[in-house]
Amino acid sequence: MKKVHVNEDKCLGCRLCEYWCAFSHSGEKYMPDAFNLQKPPVPRIVVEENDKITFAVACRHCDDAICVKSCISGALSKQADGTVLVDESKCVGCHTCVLVCPFGAIRMDEGKAVKKCDLCLKTGGVPSCVQHCPNRAIVYEER
Amino acid sequence: MSKYVIIGNSTAGIAAAEAIRKTDKKGSLTIISEEKGAAYGRPLISYYLQGVTTDETLPYRPADFYEKLNITLKDGVKAEKIDPSGKKVYLSDGESVSYDKLLVATGSVPFVPPANGLDEVREKFTFYTIEDARKLKAALKPDTRLLIIGAGLIGLKCMEGAYEITHDITVIDLADRVLSSVLDEDCAKIVSKKIDEKGVRLVLNDKVKEFHENYCVTDGGVKVEFDVLVTAVGVKPNVSLVADAGGKINRGIVTDLKQRTSLPDVYAAGDCTVSHDASSGADKIMAVLPNAYLQGETAGFNMSGDDREICNLVPLNSIGFFGVHVLSAGSTQGAMLEQKGEDFIKRFFVKDNRLTGFILIGNYDRAGILLSLIRERVPLDTVDFKAMTLLPELAFFPKTVRREKLDR
Repeated sequence: MKKVHVNEDKCLGCRLCEYWCAFSHSGEKYMPDAFNLQKPPVPRIVVEENDKITFAVACRHCDDAICVKSCISGALSKQADGTVLVDESKCVGCHTCVLVCPFGAIRMDEGKAVKKCDLCLKTGGVPSCVQHCPNRAIVYEER
Repeated sequence: MSKYVIIGNSTAGIAAAEAIRKTDKKGSLTIISEEKGAAYGRPLISYYLQGVTTDETLPYRPADFYEKLNITLKDGVKAEKIDPSGKKVYLSDGESVSYDKLLVATGSVPFVPPANGLDEVREKFTFYTIEDARKLKAALKPDTRLLIIGAGLIGLKCMEGAYEITHDITVIDLADRVLSSVLDEDCAKIVSKKIDEKGVRLVLNDKVKEFHENYCVTDGGVKVEFDVLVTAVGVKPNVSLVADAGGKINRGIVTDLKQRTSLPDVYAAGDCTVSHDASSGADKIMAVLPNAYLQGETAGFNMSGDDREICNLVPLNSIGFFGVHVLSAGSTQGAMLEQKGEDFIKRFFVKDNRLTGFILIGNYDRAGILLSLIRERVPLDTVDFKAMTLLPELAFFPKTVRREKLDR
């Protein structure tokens, strides 16, 4: 399946992917409005950086997804198209998925359901992080 | 056409059914469940009490699950006996079901220790099934004085859930600290502090000497008045079906790595089994939901002819109380490394160049990267472990390893 892949040699560490991800899932129309909320929206992609490299990490939508198997409520599930999605109404915020995801790709949202990459399937087309990566370090492709 | 029978309609049973249907779409598949209704994640019962989980969000799988996987659910009926030579399960309704492959996924049973005067207490509950949670919820009123015996995971989750209804709660435990099976003294203190702040009374290092209808007296001379009693001192593996049939038991049902019991064509998975802890090398009762799924799945694959072995199981818990979140995994063997701040503590246990376990409170972002170090037994000198104790990142793996991980 097509997933979000990151070329770490091209990543500038600008974190625009985080901003666009958070914004595009916020339901707001203008980015400043989203980040002026009392509690800013949580990005589902995370930029790692140390003194040598930067790169973004998002859910791998694993075939054998350990988060789905470990979810205590059944909120996380593997869809027929391969995406791993969270049903926010069922998530109780126990964070077992945070404990088991080997990529650290499940994000916490205090007091609310966990957040994770949904490949922007609801908004259609290309994921927002991919669309707005200025250096094309993030791509949406099948490997 | 194969006949699969699963006893137990919870995580391990459902996982097995899902695995069986990946390999065998045609065989007949029956799930026998003592509890009525569709499967639910057992840990949700405290969230149900709390009002976070509702009847609508309770089911573990979508409404069409059983139909879609062509599963016959025999619920509200108890499996009473296994006849391994005749390959039959005898049920409480007088009927029997024959099998080619059988999975025993019977979970645990709450353990209620005998106590003087317990018979006098009228409003008493255990906290293990959704039915328990429903009954308890109906019994609790805003002015109810609630007494919980047991400050382990079940007792404290019950406390948190009940707190939404009544604040008059006392918790008594024999251990000198809360969550004694999961936390060391220092970490337990962080959780107790939060419980104290909420005004819940903790009576530790003590036990009830005598119950009366509406009060109890402890060995330490503490008198606690209550209206409702919950006993949550612990659970024990529900092994009786396999034990009575002559299967091997060592506290839990003994299985091999394919989840086969010592009885032919009888498998077991989940909380009723004893399993191998990859972090300590010990065989133990782990009784946590993620492991129940993995075991059930392995059993299901093997039952339907797909050869699998279970590996990398470690004890793990992620659990919050009044907003204090505790994540723990593995064992506490080896040397301890600590990171501490005003509102967090992280303890890591390292032995022979491997991470054997950790306890994280208040700061656990991306903890799964740490768990992967334990599960995959990653030599710590191949990663920047020191940096990972501050914030786990994939950046601290060698580039080739990281590439391989992320290129999936």
